[in-house]
Amino acid sequence: MASTETTTAPTTGSVEAGLDALETAQSGRTPLRRTLVDKIVPPITAIVVVLVVWQGLISLKIVDDPTKLPSPSAVWDAFRNDWVEGKLLGYIWTSVSRGLLGFGLALLIGTPLGLLVGRVRFVRAAIGPILSGLQSLPSVAWVPPAVVWFGLNNSMMYTVILLGAVPSIANGLVSGVDQVPPLFLRAGRTMGATGLKGTWHVTLPAALPGYVAGMKQGWAFSWRSLMAAEIIAQFPDLGVGLGQLLENGRTASDMAMVFEAILLILFVGIAIDLLIFSPLERWVLRSRGLLVS
Amino acid sequence: MAPTLTKAAPSVEYAARLEHVSKSFTGPAGQQLVLDDISLDVAPGEFVTLLGASGCGKSTLLNLVAGLDLPTAGSISTDGRPALMFQEHALFPWLTAGKNIELALKLRGVPKPERRDKAEELLELVRLKGAHGKRVHELSGGMRQRVALARALAQESGLLLMDEPFAALDAITRDVLHDELTRIWAETGLSVLFVTHNVREAVRLAQRVVLLSSRPGRVAREWEVEIPQPRRIEDAPVAELSLEITEVLRGEIRRHGQH
Repeated sequence: MASTETTTAPTTGSVEAGLDALETAQSGRTPLRRTLVDKIVPPITAIVVVLVVWQGLISLKIVDDPTKLPSPSAVWDAFRNDWVEGKLLGYIWTSVSRGLLGFGLALLIGTPLGLLVGRVRFVRAAIGPILSGLQSLPSVAWVPPAVVWFGLNNSMMYTVILLGAVPSIANGLVSGVDQVPPLFLRAGRTMGATGLKGTWHVTLPAALPGYVAGMKQGWAFSWRSLMAAEIIAQFPDLGVGLGQLLENGRTASDMAMVFEAILLILFVGIAIDLLIFSPLERWVLRSRGLLVS
Repeated sequence: MAPTLTKAAPSVEYAARLEHVSKSFTGPAGQQLVLDDISLDVAPGEFVTLLGASGCGKSTLLNLVAGLDLPTAGSISTDGRPALMFQEHALFPWLTAGKNIELALKLRGVPKPERRDKAEELLELVRLKGAHGKRVHELSGGMRQRVALARALAQESGLLLMDEPFAALDAITRDVLHDELTRIWAETGLSVLFVTHNVREAVRLAQRVVLLSSRPGRVAREWEVEIPQPRRIEDAPVAELSLEITEVLRGEIRRHGQH
């Protein structure tokens, strides 16, 4: 039998340090120039192409009725006039403040609702199918009953937003909870994270990616249903938001104003997504190593 | 390095005691007996490996000891709630390495001001000083298992259950982690119940190897391993005993092909 002299302490540590160094992934951030070329240039190119085609339709007299298609410059003037008169930010703020407040309320209602449906079997069986069915119901359908219930006021607007956004947020959280790996729950339980502690320390953070995806969709639904509500429900006391601006343009046969409103609605929707939800989603995924690049 | 953990106080004469434990599951083929009349003691500070082929119910047994499931018959008592380490690291990816450990401390009721230092100490114990702020995905497989070990140690349970914790690692890393586990076990005085299907690993680590038969799982035989630590997996005595155990294990497996 060969006698083997074994030493553990010093060698193990240094081998281990070497292994750690070898196996740790090297990562760096992509340079700014790359981001510029990859992410910024393509959408700008697309916008320029659309503007060129649009101007071409006007210049080549393919469409020459300004009540059907206004020229880009006419729409630009509509923007500039509202800006100079100080009304542009007012329109945007009226709608955005409504949208964000409504969305915040939807979050407060949708989160506990989603947790209940996700965790309590009876509640899931009772309202789970209705909740996912509600997602496919266009929330514009709620405008007429909301007007009857509340009249033409802000409560009616918020009702419509809530009915549009709550199902999305709750459903997102439910699917997030469903996708929590059972291993995490077992690991949590062996550490003593059971009941509410388990929900707070394990289930909720593990479900965060699905929850954020639900929020993102919930915002899109809030914004759409708010615009529908603003277009349909016109009342001087409600103030002029982007939906009203669009409707005002239509009644005045001012196509430039209609285009201005449509573009603003689009921009605000994109801006909120780019400024709030996309960074949130990227942060959640990146911190978990779920996002490459 | 000064041992940072208090030695497990021998308040009882065992870290885990299993008495006539049976477990059956109701499956498509009716009642299926997975574990049959298992009696086993793990003494305080003892390192026991449970060895067996597929279908011996090793993981089921650990789940029972961990309190994640209840036995169909028999009783299990442990000295406090055991810590459990899995084949997958099971670290929470939304927390940093250090915060994973701090969560275990928090759930144990360690006050906030002490958690940070305690987590640093545990990271140092598994030789990951400076990894506190690292995200789980930034660590290698071996480093993740060491953080998982540190998190399990943070529970300060007298008994550590390990469910094939090194099975998914490459051979080089596994060797190193065997050394580390032996060192930490000696430093902390923990009792360890370690499940594996790797005979040499079982012999390399344990003071006692318990062989389980398959379908249903029963204690087939036990070996006291008297080779002094530190051992290496290549050592001749380790290989010799492994060979002996492998023969018995193969005999157990062979019985299943005969009908």
